[in-house]
Amino acid sequence: MPQVTYTDHTGASRTVAANVGDSVMETAVRNGVPGIVAECGGSLSCATCHVYVDQDALDSLPPMEEMEDEMLWGAAEDRQDNSRLSCQLKVTDGCDLHVTTPTTQV
Amino acid sequence: MADGLLIIGSSQAGVSLATSLRALGYDDPITLLGDENHRPYQRPALSKEWLQGEITNESLMFRTQEYWDEHRIDVVKNERIIRIDKNDDGSGVAHSMSGADFPFDRLALAVGARARRLLLDGVDLPGVLYLRNADDALELKARIPDVRDVVVIGGGFIGIEAAASLTRMGRSVTLLEAAPRLVPRAVGEETSAYLLDHHRATGMDIVLGASVRRIVPRGDRVGGVELADGRTVPADLVLVGVGVIPHTELAESIGLVCDNGVRVDESALASDGVTVAVGDCANLPNPVPGAPAGDRVRFESVNNAVEQAKVAAYAITGRREEYAGIPWFWSNQGDIKLQIAGLSTGYDRTLVRADPERGKHSVLYYRGDRILAADCVNHPLDFMAVRGALAKGLSIPHDAAADPSVQLKSVTVDPAALVAAD
Repeated sequence: MPQVTYTDHTGASRTVAANVGDSVMETAVRNGVPGIVAECGGSLSCATCHVYVDQDALDSLPPMEEMEDEMLWGAAEDRQDNSRLSCQLKVTDGCDLHVTTPTTQV
Repeated sequence: MADGLLIIGSSQAGVSLATSLRALGYDDPITLLGDENHRPYQRPALSKEWLQGEITNESLMFRTQEYWDEHRIDVVKNERIIRIDKNDDGSGVAHSMSGADFPFDRLALAVGARARRLLLDGVDLPGVLYLRNADDALELKARIPDVRDVVVIGGGFIGIEAAASLTRMGRSVTLLEAAPRLVPRAVGEETSAYLLDHHRATGMDIVLGASVRRIVPRGDRVGGVELADGRTVPADLVLVGVGVIPHTELAESIGLVCDNGVRVDESALASDGVTVAVGDCANLPNPVPGAPAGDRVRFESVNNAVEQAKVAAYAITGRREEYAGIPWFWSNQGDIKLQIAGLSTGYDRTLVRADPERGKHSVLYYRGDRILAADCVNHPLDFMAVRGALAKGLSIPHDAAADPSVQLKSVTVDPAALVAAD
């Protein structure tokens, strides 16, 4: 089963089994992973599911569209080169993604 | 504390309260009680992504059952509370229609609101629907394959979102709005005009200033909507979205002060000082910095449900945090993403930042030099900049914002610095 590992800003990690087709955000929220708020439920309206993606996985992810790019400029914690909104990252077959959540989302 | 907290209502506010409490380390029992036969689910997509089949039922669920079990949150479905016996200390017993009793040490009302009903001839005909909860949405979705002509009564967010979804799904949609413009309560005139032009261009027929006389049958079901000017708009399906009425009956029955919702203070505490009320059912002091003293508001938004639940969770765990969030809203309407930051009430001038080629259109609301709010269409950069500035107490000078190519985030200033420069 694909899985996503979420590491919070203190370094604590949690690995969650994920369903193919769900987003990295949905996987986090349904399992109650702290550090992902996702107020808008994944409709790209709130930027409270900001994550930093492991550098080596960045290239394998679908490129971000303009809306995501714009939303990221307003995230609560400043964006970095490896910032993504986790609602836009779909879990794929064989996925073993590692992301880090920021100090705050709101 | 054996009985713990009973949360009546398992939608966004109730769920947010339960999960916030566990995140804060609250250890007493939590019962999260809903009157629908569904696990707690998210509503916003019902009129949009879910209706159009873009997402599954499962993706509407707030949490897995494992989460509820692991966090010892007892989720109860299908129980409607009809009577509450409450003691002065805030404890009591809630009685359900099925005859079950739910004792509690402390009570939270997250009971939401119901769709306002139309009082017209023909509203009980089969094919006249409302859209408030999952069952409404399931019924609407089930009927769509047999429907060609749809009339939507009400040009607020729910009405427009559903109308846009149905237009996208190839139905012939007529939207009737009684006011002279769309979404008159939530956005200003420039935004209304933008939405009107956009949705008409997608093929939606929009009638403003519409006065509905009655709903007319065809056979034994709905056939059309008759307007006061005598014309009848044909309809295989009529969807009514004319606002909501907060559920205050239970609160009133236990003596809580209600007035367009359950009146609460900055900590989400009701008039007895111990019961909390959160979400669409709560009437709270206007949280926006600079709001007129004594002004009260009732929000119908996810953001408010989440923020207010957080504040209530603090109150329940004995910490006092006041609601300090900046209200914000979103509405996806076909290919329009409308995002609203702040409250525009009391504005005296606006500023439009338009980029028609890219479909971007923002309206900024000012009172004097102070920015109050923004409506942003397909313009997350502007939305996030205004939301961020309001949250930090910063200002966005009108003059600097007038150039639509300027990034608003780059021109935010501390208002104190402005005064000093004068």
